[in-house]
Amino acid sequence: MLSKRIIPCLDVRAGKLTKGIKFKGNVDIGNPVEAARRYYEEGADEIVFYDITASSDKRDIMIDVVKRVAETIFIPFSVGGGIRNLEDMRKVIAAGAEKVSVNSAAVENPRIITDGAKAFGSQCVVLGMDVKKVAVSSKIPSGYEIVIEGGRKFTGIDALWWAKEAQKLGAGEICLNSIDADGTQDGYELNLTALISENVRIPVIASGGAGRPEHLADVLTAGKADAALIASMVHYKTYTIAGIKRFLTEREIKVRNIW
Amino acid sequence: MVAIIDYKAGNITSVARALENIGQKYAITDDERKLKDASHIIFPGVGAAGEAMAYLRKKKLDNALKNCFSSGKPILGICLGTQIVMEHSEENDAECIGLITGSTRRFPERLTSGGEILKIPHMGWNSVNFKREHTVFAKINPEAEFYFVHSYYPAPSDMDVVLGTTDYGITFCSVLAFKNLVAMQFHPEKSGRPGLQILQNFCAWRGSA
Repeated sequence: MLSKRIIPCLDVRAGKLTKGIKFKGNVDIGNPVEAARRYYEEGADEIVFYDITASSDKRDIMIDVVKRVAETIFIPFSVGGGIRNLEDMRKVIAAGAEKVSVNSAAVENPRIITDGAKAFGSQCVVLGMDVKKVAVSSKIPSGYEIVIEGGRKFTGIDALWWAKEAQKLGAGEICLNSIDADGTQDGYELNLTALISENVRIPVIASGGAGRPEHLADVLTAGKADAALIASMVHYKTYTIAGIKRFLTEREIKVRNIW
Repeated sequence: MVAIIDYKAGNITSVARALENIGQKYAITDDERKLKDASHIIFPGVGAAGEAMAYLRKKKLDNALKNCFSSGKPILGICLGTQIVMEHSEENDAECIGLITGSTRRFPERLTSGGEILKIPHMGWNSVNFKREHTVFAKINPEAEFYFVHSYYPAPSDMDVVLGTTDYGITFCSVLAFKNLVAMQFHPEKSGRPGLQILQNFCAWRGSA
């Protein structure tokens, strides 16, 4: 049977690995290529890179990072952040990424999902969703709203509606990030994750809030996630991926244990 | 020299990077003449069967591949490459190359396992139950897992060509081996160390199991 995937997420700013809390207060914590190699050796099933470089003139640094990562690790990896159009997608794919994640750009121009799927295949197009819990209303019936621009701008779009819509448009996977849980290390947003995962046919990666191996166990069972994104837990070496996988195996959650 | 066929179906960069890592020389080509000169052929690909076949025909690569197969040259199919060595694909109702009898099918709409509805595509790491030994899979731990991403799978009519199967709601053929052809539904270039080992084994293989 298919294994649940454990995916370290590397935020990259101007070519350097960085980590923020609730999308604010980032600090640089190392070299993304070396970190990717370490996670590959430790048994990461996939790696996600987010380019959070603010200025567009430094974006090409990311392409160079992607190229070096592609020469170093032999598992799938995706790149997101600042992807605005097909040309941006083409660049990261040509540099060696398997998947491209679109977030704000897809909200502003949903055609990028369809065009990306047509040009590179659905399996290449990941919809990144940043979600905040809000009051249930006629406009937001699920009580979860899509936010963009790093969590600063509310869009008035219902998260559940958007997930289904993105699937229709051709997204191959959803990376679902809870802004409320992000960086807290208090656990994933289980209700949100289960709600989205049970209502789409494409895989859902849970993101935001991982602090302990139990949190991954919870989101991969009760949260119905197909994969779990982790960051702080492994960046600060509090846990190793191998250790997390041993824990999940003891909990009878199927993960890949030989690499 | 290993030839990687570039037929504009998905990204072949990762196959090339993996060969570099194992120190194997390669050429990326869509020129049928270059396939003749190659010692080994890798036929990768992601995307849709119909478009892929149209491009292969336009470049006369379908016939070139058939000729390479009859000449005994080792051929490695990956993902879409594996699906279109069959005779036919349900995807786009496409007539395919036909090195192996049988067709490529889509996963059933309602795929379940233990009451859970399974996602399509089958995306992620899964294991392969090997039916027999094969040089290309030497030194591979039977518990090893490989990276899959697909909604279709090959269904050969001759069960003797099934080298390995994988369970995902149904048991499907994930590795085919027939004469000098080995073809797998998963991506060895994205399957970590066991995947690199398979590529290395293939590049050293003479084409007879």
